[in-house]
Amino acid sequence: MEDSIDEVNHMAEQSILLEAKNIVKDYGQGRVLDDVSLQIHKGEVIVLIGPSGCGKSTFLRCMNGLEQIQSGQIVLDGEVITEGKTDWPSVRQKIGMVFQNYELFPHKTVLDNVILGPVKVQGRDKKEVTKEAEKLLERVGLLEKKDAFPRQLSGGQKQRVAIVRALILKPEILLFDEVTAALDPEMVREVLDVILELAAEGYTMLIVTHEMQFAKAVADKIVFIDGGKIVESDTPEKFFTQPKTDRARRFLNTFIYEKETGGEKL
Amino acid sequence: MDTEFIAEYIPLYVEASRLTISIGLIGIVLSLIVGLLIAFIQYFKVPVLRQIAAVYIELSRNTPLLVQLFFLYFGLPKAGISISSEGCAIIGLCFLGGSYMAEAFRSGIESVGKGQEESALALGFQRSQVVRYVILPQALSVSIPALCANMNFLVKETSVFSVVALADLMYVAKDLIGLYYKTDEALLMLVISYLIILLPISILAALLERRLRYAEFGN
Repeated sequence: MEDSIDEVNHMAEQSILLEAKNIVKDYGQGRVLDDVSLQIHKGEVIVLIGPSGCGKSTFLRCMNGLEQIQSGQIVLDGEVITEGKTDWPSVRQKIGMVFQNYELFPHKTVLDNVILGPVKVQGRDKKEVTKEAEKLLERVGLLEKKDAFPRQLSGGQKQRVAIVRALILKPEILLFDEVTAALDPEMVREVLDVILELAAEGYTMLIVTHEMQFAKAVADKIVFIDGGKIVESDTPEKFFTQPKTDRARRFLNTFIYEKETGGEKL
Repeated sequence: MDTEFIAEYIPLYVEASRLTISIGLIGIVLSLIVGLLIAFIQYFKVPVLRQIAAVYIELSRNTPLLVQLFFLYFGLPKAGISISSEGCAIIGLCFLGGSYMAEAFRSGIESVGKGQEESALALGFQRSQVVRYVILPQALSVSIPALCANMNFLVKETSVFSVVALADLMYVAKDLIGLYYKTDEALLMLVISYLIILLPISILAALLERRLRYAEFGN
């Protein structure tokens, strides 16, 4: 009997790709993440939302070691990566990340930006990688820009290149840190469309965003964070229509605008 | 103006220029190496070495080259270490230049945003690869004007080498004035010699700076 329960547990664990266990992160005096735990299964798209400074970006950055955690565990593919000396470079090849400010390398062309990782980090053949890079660039509609420098691209184009740059390393999971926050409104769509496509292809993703409509469309699960804690997590259908907590309700209300009904109360 | 005198002593100036250039060049190359090394020590925050580097920078920048040379040439022999004139000149120039070059490199490195480093790390780069492929290329283009200015400065500083008995340009001019009282001619040749050596560096620096401005990265 016990055996079979163990087996069931084991099965469930197997499909967990990345797990954060009781993550605590302090910045000086303040506690930014307070005992945050989250499981991300293979193929799952989780969207983290919450007010500015709630710790959602920090949580993302802890997952690939850009921020050090004070306590807790991060488990990737069933292996605890935060015990002993972590080989972050190899972990990070499995955990891709796209940043708010693109952070393309300004001294390299679009193509060189994309192939630098696979060639230098993974030691792959440059010709082969170039072919692959061109295919990916074509997919996001930027093949004709391959010899351009980042400064010659629009924000939306830069961000699409940044996504390709992360994709070409064939990561097991992608982290998106407010990737449309620095974009002009008309460019938001082209970037979000790429992410929606990746979701449809079954990529595992952890996304921090302020685009609620997008969150609703892309997420399998919404995780609402406030004050460094997970306040609520649910399916987007439930979260956006009937949030369980008062805090989430108030947060969602800040996105609703109603026309002033005139005169009486202000 | 005694043109005959000038014609007669030009070879002396050429000889001295050669010395100034060769010691200046060796000093500049060594300063660049020391400067880059120190910039790395500061960037990677290497314990102990970092403190030593900080002390060195203050010591080097806040004492005149003349004093540094006196120490090397007259002070060290008293402790049983004697170094040749050329050795003193090169070590002195490198000691002075290293800190200036380090500061130039540091300002370049600091101009590269933290986000660049993070995005490279997120791609799985080792820290040394981040420096090599991402930070240094961008930092250098920012540092180049300051590095060129430092080279110019270091060549000018060679004019104190006569105190360690090196027959550099300044030494030759002083010698000629002392021997023949041909002050105007000797000084004119001195000025022209320095201009011939230094103008190309300045012009090169200006050209480089203009090119870099056109190639400005920006986001």
